[in-house]
Amino acid sequence: MTKTKTDPSKRAERISWLLVTPLTCVLGFFLLLPILTIVTVSFWNYNEWSFFPDFVLDNYAFHLTSAVTWATYLKTLKFMVLTWIFCAGIGFTVAYFLAFHVQSLPAQVALFLVCTIPFWTSNIIRMISWIPFLGRNGIANSSLIHLGIIDEPLEWLLYSDFAVVLAFVHLYALFMVVPIFNTMMRIDKSLIEAARDAGASGFQILTNVIIPLAKPGIMIGSIFVVTLVMGDFITVRHMSGGQSASVGRIISNEISLLQYPAAAASSVVLLCTVLLMIGVMMRFVDIRKEL
Amino acid sequence: MPKNLSLELVATTKRYGETTAVDAINHKFQAGTYSCLLGPSGCGKSSTLRMIAGHEHVSEGDILLGDANITDLPPAGRGTAMMFQNYALFPHISVADNVAFSQKMKGVERSVRLTRAMELLDLVDMTAYADRLPDQLSGGQQQRVALARALITEPSVLLLDEPLSALDPFLRIKMRLELKRLQRELGISFIHVTHSQDEALALADDIIVMNGGQIEQAGSPRDVFNAPRTEFVAKFIGGHNVLQVGGSPVAVRADKLNVARTAGEGDAILSAAVKDVEYLGSTVNLALDAGSAGDLTASLPDAAFFADPIEIGTTVFLGWKREDAHALAA
Repeated sequence: MTKTKTDPSKRAERISWLLVTPLTCVLGFFLLLPILTIVTVSFWNYNEWSFFPDFVLDNYAFHLTSAVTWATYLKTLKFMVLTWIFCAGIGFTVAYFLAFHVQSLPAQVALFLVCTIPFWTSNIIRMISWIPFLGRNGIANSSLIHLGIIDEPLEWLLYSDFAVVLAFVHLYALFMVVPIFNTMMRIDKSLIEAARDAGASGFQILTNVIIPLAKPGIMIGSIFVVTLVMGDFITVRHMSGGQSASVGRIISNEISLLQYPAAAASSVVLLCTVLLMIGVMMRFVDIRKEL
Repeated sequence: MPKNLSLELVATTKRYGETTAVDAINHKFQAGTYSCLLGPSGCGKSSTLRMIAGHEHVSEGDILLGDANITDLPPAGRGTAMMFQNYALFPHISVADNVAFSQKMKGVERSVRLTRAMELLDLVDMTAYADRLPDQLSGGQQQRVALARALITEPSVLLLDEPLSALDPFLRIKMRLELKRLQRELGISFIHVTHSQDEALALADDIIVMNGGQIEQAGSPRDVFNAPRTEFVAKFIGGHNVLQVGGSPVAVRADKLNVARTAGEGDAILSAAVKDVEYLGSTVNLALDAGSAGDLTASLPDAAFFADPIEIGTTVFLGWKREDAHALAA
């Protein structure tokens, strides 16, 4: 009986392919296919009551030449930059405190879990709960009046850019804390002693040792914050009271008007913008070392 | 220029909560000597070193360098430099920048500090690797860089925390010679923490054996090896048999035991059964069971052993000269 023996290396290769198949299928169906659909639809045409296959560039042309689009992108970028600055500041400080000032591991874990408590409720609830706090007759204004700091309620607390950025920072600061904390925990404590031995002051240790070594974490957190803020539409709508636009809101408005091809084109542009931003960020720091 | 100063511990004590890691030790490290703090893990040798370096707060007592009391000075302000056990090189900057780090902290201009760093790298023979990152170096090379980084501060005392433990045995012996050469050339004091008695005997001008937070014995390697003062030292330093003679313990070096086949030869005192024979090249070790006297080791020159090989199971008679038995403090 002659049985052809399979080459073991070929067999191993076939098993490898078999093992990656499920993930490939999941990513194919739930990531690649939808994106391809959106890209396809973005070239379709539409009128008031329907949309149909076609190949027109009007959707892109209209989107990219509209002054509204540019103004909205500018506004979204402004939200993003402000949110990033505050999230990075808060995230770094909290992570630094947890990693270097809290001495025992159980205390670190406990405090870290405390940081995640707000995340036990949904985004929407956390966002909405700001409204009674910041409102015209909300807790913030009435306390300030009560304390005699202000005479009139502050109008800009709610339904303003301030409120939007505040909600974003509240929602996304933890996404900064986690990766930075993770990289900081991997910094060998003897490096800090070595720096002190070399005469570095606390601030010099921070700028010469800790920040450079925490950079990958800062970058991963930044990617989270940037993508989340760029794609958001619900926070901006609720916290600005409908007064501020964001790129996400353009898309959601187009969908509600059933202008699917226009929405698809806007989505593709947003996707490319975000990918471009991440590409630029990856240029600065090699995050692969951390994964 | 590095200054040549002696370092003195005066009743230096370290407590962690209730436990006393270092218990009021006194010792004077002479200027320009190579000293080894030797002991098992947890004996307080590393705490002592870290107190000298200023990385550990001194609970009580003082540390003097020359005439200055450096007990409460910051690590960089006391004339010591430390080389860490895992070298603690900064992984994100080049070898040259690592060496120049302390000068950068002082605000020395980049070109000046890099020139100085290259001089130090030349001292440890690492100039060719100046642009590499620490990850791209072998353990031995990382150690040289760590040495250069510590020496750029021109310390009076260089502190080394188990510097050779991360290296393979071959490299360990090579680096050992190099450390000794460097110390001789620089003329500053090295204080080296180790748990390896071979390392301490080979390197040190002065060995300080520590146990339980106290100094058991300090002296030249020959004194410590030849005449251990306590049972702990005799056992830790190795190569010794601890025996009871007239109710008090004595130490006899394994190579000073006289092994004979018949009683009456020389001044035989004990009889023992040979349990095992270990051939170690230039010597042969006999593992002996001496009944109530416990397990002993006798070390014979290979020529003497092979002239009349002793088989396992043989009963032999052991003796030693009176002057080779050193009384131990209980």
